[in-house]
Amino acid sequence: MDVILLQLLNGLDKGSAYALIALGLTLIFGTLGVVNFAHGALFMLGAFCAVTVQRLLSISFETIDPDKVDFLGNPAKVKTPYVESWFGPEMGGAIVDWSVPIAILFAIPIMIAIGFIMERGLIKHFYKRPHADQILVTFGLAIVIQEVIKQFYGANPIPTPAPDAFKGSFDFGVLLGFDPNAVIYPYWRLVYFGFAAIVIAAVFAFLQFTTFGMVVRAGMADRETVGLLGINIDKRFTIMFGIAAAVAGLAGVMYAPINSPNYHMGMDFLVLSFVVVVVGGMGSLPGAVLAGFMLGILESFSSMNVIKSIVPGIDQIIIYLVAIIILLVRPRGLMGRKGVMED
Amino acid sequence: MLGLEKKDTSLLIIVAILTMFAPFILNPFPEGSALAQFNAGYPDLMQRFVIFGIFAIGFNILFGLTGYLSFGHAAFLGIGSYSAVWMFKLLGYNIIPGIVLSVITSGLFALLIGYISLRRSGIYFSILTLAFAQMSFALAYSVLTPLTNGETGLQVYNSDPQYFHSENMPNIPHLFGAKMQGTYSLEMGPWSFDFNTGYYLCAIIMLGMFYLAIRIFRSPFGLMLKAIKTNQTRMNYTGLNPRPYTLAAFVISGMYAGLAGGLMASMDPLAGAERMQWTASGEVVLMTILGGAGTLIGPVLGAGFIKYFENIFSKINDTVLHQWFAFLPDGMENFVITIIHPFVGKGWHLTLGLLFMAVVIFLPGGLVEGGQRITAALRRRAGRSGRSGDDASSTDTTPAE
Repeated sequence: MDVILLQLLNGLDKGSAYALIALGLTLIFGTLGVVNFAHGALFMLGAFCAVTVQRLLSISFETIDPDKVDFLGNPAKVKTPYVESWFGPEMGGAIVDWSVPIAILFAIPIMIAIGFIMERGLIKHFYKRPHADQILVTFGLAIVIQEVIKQFYGANPIPTPAPDAFKGSFDFGVLLGFDPNAVIYPYWRLVYFGFAAIVIAAVFAFLQFTTFGMVVRAGMADRETVGLLGINIDKRFTIMFGIAAAVAGLAGVMYAPINSPNYHMGMDFLVLSFVVVVVGGMGSLPGAVLAGFMLGILESFSSMNVIKSIVPGIDQIIIYLVAIIILLVRPRGLMGRKGVMED
Repeated sequence: MLGLEKKDTSLLIIVAILTMFAPFILNPFPEGSALAQFNAGYPDLMQRFVIFGIFAIGFNILFGLTGYLSFGHAAFLGIGSYSAVWMFKLLGYNIIPGIVLSVITSGLFALLIGYISLRRSGIYFSILTLAFAQMSFALAYSVLTPLTNGETGLQVYNSDPQYFHSENMPNIPHLFGAKMQGTYSLEMGPWSFDFNTGYYLCAIIMLGMFYLAIRIFRSPFGLMLKAIKTNQTRMNYTGLNPRPYTLAAFVISGMYAGLAGGLMASMDPLAGAERMQWTASGEVVLMTILGGAGTLIGPVLGAGFIKYFENIFSKINDTVLHQWFAFLPDGMENFVITIIHPFVGKGWHLTLGLLFMAVVIFLPGGLVEGGQRITAALRRRAGRSGRSGDDASSTDTTPAE
C-alpha cells in the first residue's frame, strides 16, 4: 500500500509538467489549429527565466573583509549581493533564496510577450498552409531558440535551487500511519503539484467564467460564425497563444529546481507532451490534463522493480506503448471531440 | 536509355559524373592555401554525402510522393546499422551479408511499423512514427543491451566467432578483400586527391538507388502515390484503397534507410543507439525539405548541402575569422567577428535552424525551387532582350504537387 502511494506521488510531479505543457499545446491547437513544435522550447525558456532571475538577484560586489584572511594570508574578499546591501542582509538573503518563485512574476509578462511575437510574427502566416509546413517551421524555430539559449548559457545543466524552506522531504508515511521513511516526498514536488493544479484551475476558470473565455470557447467551436457576429476573434486567439506560452513558461520556471535546466530539456518534454496531447484527444483541454497525469503516474508505476522484473524495459516505453494502443483502439483519443483533425 | 526519358537520363548522367569526379570537385583548393578549409574531398565526409543521400532519397519516396511526414525514420537507419554489425560479428568482415541483412531487417520493421502507423494520417502518423522510433531508441539503450551493447555501441571484438573470416582477409570491413578504408592519394603539384574504395562503393550504390527512385517516380505506382498526396478522398471515391500503396512506399523508404545504415556500419563498424534518436530523424527531414521535397534531385542536394556546411561551418573558429577580416580596421574587425561568431563553429545548428525556417517560409520547394526561380528569371530577362522565350518547362524537377 505504501509503495503504491509513493509511486502515485512520484508520478504527480512529472504528470503535472506533462499536463501543463499539453494544456498549452491544446490551447494553441484548439484555438488556432496550429501544431506547435516549438512549445517545448517555450517550456525551456521558462526554466531559463528562473535561471536568469536567480543570476540577476545574486549579482554581487566584492569588499575586503579585514577580519578574515584567505589561505595565502591576504585579506579575504567577500562577495555581497547588491540586494543584500540594499535591503539589509536578512531581507536580501530571503530575496535571493526565493528567486525561483520571484521568477514567476517575471516569467508571466516575458512569456506572454514571446507568445505574442511568435504568433504575430511567424505563425500568423501559416494558418492556410498544410499541417506539415506548420510542424516544420515551428520545428525550425525550436532549433533556433534552443541554440540561442545554448549560446548564452552553455550546454551544461545549471543548478537552480529551490528556496531553503522547501528543501528536504515530507514524510507522508507517518501522517497516514505507515512506518516512518516509507513514503518520503520532497516538499518542492508537492509545491509543484499544487502550483500546477492552481494554474490548470485558473485556465479553466478563465475559459469557463469570463466573457472573454466564453467568446474563445465559441471561437474554438465555430470560428467563422463568431467572426460573422462582429467579434474580432483573431485578436482573442492571439491573446490565447500568449496565455498558452505563459502556461508552458510557468511550468518551466517551477520545474527548474527539480531538474537543472539545460538547453535540450524542452525537446525532451515536447515529444512526450505531444504523445500526451494525442492520448488525451486533439483539441480537448480536460483530455490533455487527464492524459498528462495519467501518463505521468503510469510511467512512475512501471518503473517499480516488481513490474520491471515482469516486463523488462517497460518503464522506458510505457508512454509510447499506451499512445500506440490508444491511437489504434480509440483514434480520437480519450476525450477527443468529433471532427477535430480527422481524416 | 535504361527505360528513362531523355530529361531523366541526363539528370542521372549529371549526378553520375558529379559523384564519380567528386574527389576532384570537392578539392578545388591546393593544400595549405588559405581556402583549403573549404575542401571537402576527404573520404570520411564524401562517404557521408552519399550515404545520407541514399537516406534522403528514400525518405523522399515516402514524404515527397505521398505527403506522409514520418518523424521516426532514423529507427530504420539504426536497425540497419545494428544488423550489419551483427553480420560482421558472426560471419566476418565481408560487407555483402551485412548490407543484405540490414535491408531485409529494416524492411521487415518498416512493414510492421508502417502497417500500424499508416492506419492514421496527418499529425497522428507523424506522432505514431515518432513514438515507434523513440521506443526503439529507449529499448536499444536499456533492455536490448545484449543485442545492441547499450551505451557503448555495438562493435566487433576479437572474441567474436566470425565463421567465414579467413587469415588472408583484412581485419576491417572489406568487399572480397578490397578494404573499405583503402585510399589512393593522387598528388598533383600542390593538390592532393583521395580516391577511397568505400566512397566509390557507396557512390555506385547511391547511383543505383537514384535510378530506382527515378523509375519509382515515373511508374504508375509513383503516380498513384502522387494521387494520394493530392487528394486521398477522391481516390477513395474512385474505388481505390490507398493503404497498400502507402505501405509499399513506407517499406521501400524504410529499406533505403536500412541500406544507408548498413553502409554506415560498413564504413565504420560501429552502431550506437543515438543513431535512432528523433534528432537524427529530424535531420533527414531537414535535408529533404531543404533540398526540395518531391523532386528527384532535391534530397541529394539537401543531404550534400547540410553535410558540407556542417563540416565547413563547424571548422570556422575565431582565429580563422580574424584571418579573413584582417583587412578591416581593428574595431571594425572585432565588431564583425562578434556578430558572425554565434553562427559559426559550435553555432552551426543555429545557422541551420534559421536557414531551414527561411526555406520553409519563403521557398517551400527548397533549393530546387530556388534554382528554378532563378532560371525562370534569367530566361525572362533573356526573352525580353530579343529572343523569344521558350516555354519548355523543366519536367524533371517540378515538385510533385
